[in-house]
Amino acid sequence: MKTNETEKSSIQSMLDKKYRDGRAGRGEKIIPVLLFLMAAVSVATTIGIVLTLIIETFSFFKQIPITEFFTETEWYPFSETQATYGILPLIVGTLKITLIAGVTAIPIGLAVAIYLSEYASRRVTKVMKPVLEVLAGVPTIVYGFFALTFVTPLIRSLFPSVEMFNAISPGIVVGIMIIPTVVSLSVDALSSVPTAVRQGSLALGATKWETTWRVAIPAALSGIIASIVLALSRAIGETMIVSIAAGSTPTASLELTSSLQTMTSYIVQVTGGDAGYGTTIYYSIYAVGFTLFLFTLFMNMLAQRISKRFREAY
Amino acid sequence: MALAVVERRVDNPVEQPSVERPVVYNTSGCNLWYGDHHALKNINLEMREKEVTAIIGPSGCGKSTYIKTLNRMIDLVPNVRTSGTIEYRGRDIFSKEFRVEELRTRVGMVFQKPNPFPKSIFENVAFSLRIHGIKNKKLVHERVEKSLRQAAIWDEVKDRLHENAYGLSGGQQQRLCIARSLALEPDVLLMDEPTSALDPVSTLKVEELVHELKEKYSIIIVTHNMQQAARISDKTAFFLNGEVVEYDTTDKIFNRPSDSRTEDYISGRFG
Repeated sequence: MKTNETEKSSIQSMLDKKYRDGRAGRGEKIIPVLLFLMAAVSVATTIGIVLTLIIETFSFFKQIPITEFFTETEWYPFSETQATYGILPLIVGTLKITLIAGVTAIPIGLAVAIYLSEYASRRVTKVMKPVLEVLAGVPTIVYGFFALTFVTPLIRSLFPSVEMFNAISPGIVVGIMIIPTVVSLSVDALSSVPTAVRQGSLALGATKWETTWRVAIPAALSGIIASIVLALSRAIGETMIVSIAAGSTPTASLELTSSLQTMTSYIVQVTGGDAGYGTTIYYSIYAVGFTLFLFTLFMNMLAQRISKRFREAY
Repeated sequence: MALAVVERRVDNPVEQPSVERPVVYNTSGCNLWYGDHHALKNINLEMREKEVTAIIGPSGCGKSTYIKTLNRMIDLVPNVRTSGTIEYRGRDIFSKEFRVEELRTRVGMVFQKPNPFPKSIFENVAFSLRIHGIKNKKLVHERVEKSLRQAAIWDEVKDRLHENAYGLSGGQQQRLCIARSLALEPDVLLMDEPTSALDPVSTLKVEELVHELKEKYSIIIVTHNMQQAARISDKTAFFLNGEVVEYDTTDKIFNRPSDSRTEDYISGRFG
């Protein structure tokens, strides 16, 4: 036995030492605990936020009946004589902005995605991708005054009937803001379609466009739809651009050329100091925030469901 | 135009005398470069109608490059240059007048790995018909069924035509891809190592299929499997380092090769 051990190579005897003194692998047990704690903190935070939102929303509904919140068609929280809290105008405002953003971002975003993944040379992609990433990195406040000081005057010079605050200008700019989301996720979806599948189509005498339109896009469709849903979810939650350029007039009218207010910009208005702590108006932002949360939660879950289906394709 | 493709075959007599069949592909003085790499060197080959021509050779010898040149799939590789001519039925495949899409409707291709579309089994086969504007439902159904029968997969899929092709096994997917390439009733079928990703049973099925298909189609098949070439082909071309070392009847290549390099390769001394 003794002779055997002396015959062992020096590396083997070092390994012996390592495993005999019982220190080996001690850290392995702590690491998952630490990682779990970090994960738990973020989960707990999320739960905390949602709980706060729900509790304060309940306080609001103690003062204002939930039926009024959902059935009343006017939102006049600041009225001295008769404040009304009907969420509809804020939802309409939000949806108007989202609609215009979608109409702007979906065609452009998809065209760019198809171009980048199917047609562009590597050189062009090398230039265009970083530019789009810059677009995604522009602070939304900058987009906001771009809407107010550039896009709005431009629209007003073409269509003088458009008011200073309107849905079109911030809608378009929110659309520009979400283009990178549409592009990058759609490009991912399209590039996950195997080249071999495209070759199968080309080898049957299909042209490049026929291959793109009838093979690549259908194969990537769920990923593309998920990208659109996710982008629209960002548009719904967008705050700065609409606060700056859409105005602060809650209205359920479908008019696009006049001032409006979205759920987010109402919250900004109140938190900006228009109402004191504990007032009905103060609690109303939680109710509005919770409604907004339900919207984006629904959209995100929808996007996730759709993109899960798409992952199963290959 | 696509209907013309369908009709054209009807005019072709199915049986022909076995000697000196008409030339399908005539390659003369063909060179190909990937950037600076000279991948095909002065290729001269004549391939004839309703014969199985096997292309064998070690990895990197240019056999895949050559077969991809025949339907110009090689165009998809950046920085490719060619010289010399390849004529398909007397038409220069590189000429501007011969649209690459038309060439590929006359010449079908089966790839190394099965590459069905993420669509139903039916739509996989119907795809090329739809692309080329064949809208007649009855005709589409007929062609789909006939192609699947020709590819010896009809019995396995006839009850699940509308299920996704990705649910098929690898061997079934490959036969589906063969059916897909037959839907337009092409003249020539190019097969680029069609069994290299398949298990032995599926390989055997595809080989039997090649044997049946040569009644109607001219087949050019690349294979790294020499026994396969010996089993299924009428003529064999041996490629080495981008050159055709020897091209003759399969019988001669495998039994009485005239070049010592061919003999070394087929007897397993290298490759």
